[in-house]
Amino acid sequence: MPWDRNQMAERAAQELEDGFYVNLGIGIPTLVANYIGENIDVTLQSENGMLGMGPFPYEDEIDPDLINAGKQTITELRRTSYFSSADSFAMIRGGHIDLAILGAMEVSEKGDLANWMIPGKLVKGMGGAMDLVAGVKRVVVVMDHTSKNGDPKLLHECSLPLTGKEVVDMVITNLGVFGIDRGKSMSLIELAPDVAVDEIKAKTQADFDVAL
Amino acid sequence: MKKIYPDAAAALDGLTFDGMTVMSGGFGLCGIPENLIVALRDSGVKNITAISNNAGVDDFGLGLLLQTRQIKKMISSYVGENKEFERQFLAGELELEFNPQGTLAERCRAGGAGIPGFYTRTGVGTMIAEGKEHKEFAGETYILETGLIANLSIVKAWKADEQGNLIYRKTARNFNPLMAMAGEVTVAEVEEIVPLGVLDPDCIQTPGIFVQRLILGEHEKRIEQRTIRERENA
Repeated sequence: MPWDRNQMAERAAQELEDGFYVNLGIGIPTLVANYIGENIDVTLQSENGMLGMGPFPYEDEIDPDLINAGKQTITELRRTSYFSSADSFAMIRGGHIDLAILGAMEVSEKGDLANWMIPGKLVKGMGGAMDLVAGVKRVVVVMDHTSKNGDPKLLHECSLPLTGKEVVDMVITNLGVFGIDRGKSMSLIELAPDVAVDEIKAKTQADFDVAL
Repeated sequence: MKKIYPDAAAALDGLTFDGMTVMSGGFGLCGIPENLIVALRDSGVKNITAISNNAGVDDFGLGLLLQTRQIKKMISSYVGENKEFERQFLAGELELEFNPQGTLAERCRAGGAGIPGFYTRTGVGTMIAEGKEHKEFAGETYILETGLIANLSIVKAWKADEQGNLIYRKTARNFNPLMAMAGEVTVAEVEEIVPLGVLDPDCIQTPGIFVQRLILGEHEKRIEQRTIRERENA
């Protein structure tokens, strides 16, 4: 059975290590926070200017001065610090954030990422995505294996405008997990339960080694 | 020199002109200069180039200046929350320059610091890099981005003293201190103005040299995404 959204998030949480500073994107990546292991200590960064992001507030704790990068109300923790957008992106671009977990529209076999615009449709902007993939030490993508139409999203070359070139290290889909040696090659390293390699091959355009 | 003005309109008096560039602080609706945006609208100034991470929502924040067609061009990183923006952009009535958020922040910081350009990895290999100088440092490719300055910066802080020293609150800081540095004139609105000596000098986040005018504002602080969790029954 393919993984559902929560199971994909749970798998992505296995990439977290003790002491990591981590930036989680919007969508499934946000769910990763629910699966941080009890024995590891992880600090979440929100690129609008906060380290140590806490959970959503109770109704009587809502503070309009305290939001995350998705503009949702959140809370602070005892470890929390606040800073300007320039300091926030200094952390990101300076390579101080250990891991970013992001959604994607397309990923190429060399690690190119497209997740910010579809030509002809309304463009909302890249926000901090280009900075994150250019600066964070390790980039993990979590996405469905195919589009809603069933088209492959793991491609030889991205067809959509890029967010970053040769920037992705790992892709977790509902069917399995791929490692990427940036600029070189992609390998299938894990299967979701009862998913066969042949099914993945049929639904993937990108070339990949099987290294289960 | 007295920096405190009686209200937002008085604080903008003599500073606005058609075709001007305005930086406006805030992230989403958090930490935006609500009062000064309204006063800018009421000034009637036209053909503004607005530099702001976002464009507000239809009826709040910079959305108010879009409604009245006072903005000619936006320089932003994300504008997904504003339907009027969408309509004007698709109709070709509004120019738009997308900057990666970190590039936008650094362009403001650099402009305010007298740094005309800087190199960054962000955007290399994407359409953002098209037409920009590329340069290698230690085997990595970077692109040249330029510093930004504005004729006017409007920012929101939590507290100020009479010298215009500012402190911000939580994530309402965001772009405000950077834009305060990058305005030829910077006007700040705050929730409280305290006498000199009340703010701890070690905790000043924007030194008053960056703030020329100051007002006490009234803030609605509208929330875009009200997300909560439920208390478990004890």
